[in-house]
Amino acid sequence: MGNGTSIGRVRGLGSSHHGTGHFLSSRLTAVGNLVLIPFLMVSLLLMPSHDYATVHAWAAKPLPATALILIMINTFYHARLGIQVMLEDYVHEDGGKIAAWLFINFVPFAGAAFGIVSVVRIALGGA
Amino acid sequence: MAQAPGKRPLSPHLEIWRWGPAMLVSILHRITGNGLAFVGLAMLLWWISAIAGGPESYQTFLDWVWLAPNGGLQVATALLGKVVLVGLTWAFFQHMATGIRHFVLDVGAGYELEANARWSSLTILFSVAATSVFWAFVLLR
Ligand code: HEM
Ligand code: HEM
Repeated sequence: MGNGTSIGRVRGLGSSHHGTGHFLSSRLTAVGNLVLIPFLMVSLLLMPSHDYATVHAWAAKPLPATALILIMINTFYHARLGIQVMLEDYVHEDGGKIAAWLFINFVPFAGAAFGIVSVVRIALGGA
Repeated sequence: MAQAPGKRPLSPHLEIWRWGPAMLVSILHRITGNGLAFVGLAMLLWWISAIAGGPESYQTFLDWVWLAPNGGLQVATALLGKVVLVGLTWAFFQHMATGIRHFVLDVGAGYELEANARWSSLTILFSVAATSVFWAFVLLR
């Protein structure tokens, strides 16, 4: 960043031109959540019991397994976008920004991958 | 913050505000969204991986979060588990309602003072009612 002229002091402080894409993705994934999360909640509500056999058999069926994997992708991405907005509002030091940047780019994807592996294991046998 | 030295324009009213329905649901949207993200998704992963791990690991999940058959520390965690699960359903319904409110505001509607306050209050009414109905259904059937 420049330190001399007025223009040099403000260059680079403006928009990074990623805002619109971020905004639209958060709306798109919000619509996804609007379908997926009620599906999960109503399914849990209508189960005759919540013992292992019932829950496992439900999650192994194609439609629930697909919905669960979509949740791992869509909802984790929605949360990742939202957490980024929250961190941008509250983290202002360079070190914190780097930590926040590492966090939002690794943890949600790791969590989603772990969730998908779990659903695949349920759906395709294994345990 | 940005490193530009000297004075940049600031809102003159940052310390002049009072509670109202709109600002309450604005901060609730943030709190519930981040609560769902950090607590809700962690619970979701614990639950789904416990199922993937087989009957024993799923039983461990149930014991710690809800049943507490062994007494001791589990009594505390199972109580906490119930508070967290009810809290998450409320957080979801609140965040869903304020999320839909965002969609309305996004198209430029609903900014009239009265309408804005009314719909903000209604999101809270909705989330409390939906949470009650949900858990009544779980516990009474
Ligand atoms: C019906 C479902 C949902 C709808 C309609 C919805 C809608 C939205 C919208 C429109 C925003 C953007 C608000 C803004 O731009 O200020 C948002 C933010 C957010 N959402 Fe959701 N959402 C839903 C479900 C979820 C779920 C299930 C999670 C987490 C697991 C979540 C986590 C977040 C987070 C962390 C934010 C950022 C809040 C902030 O700090 O400002 N949302 N949501
Ligand atoms: C205790 C007081 C306040 C709290 C807790 C608060 C909290 C928040 C939060 C959490 C958001 C983001 C969530 C959302 O978009 O719905 C937000 C957005 C916003 N707030 Fe506040 N706020 C406060 C006071 C103010 C004041 C006094 C002003 C103006 C003078 C203001 C102007 C705004 C604006 C313009 C946005 C939208 C920003 C954007 O869309 O990126 N807020 N506020």
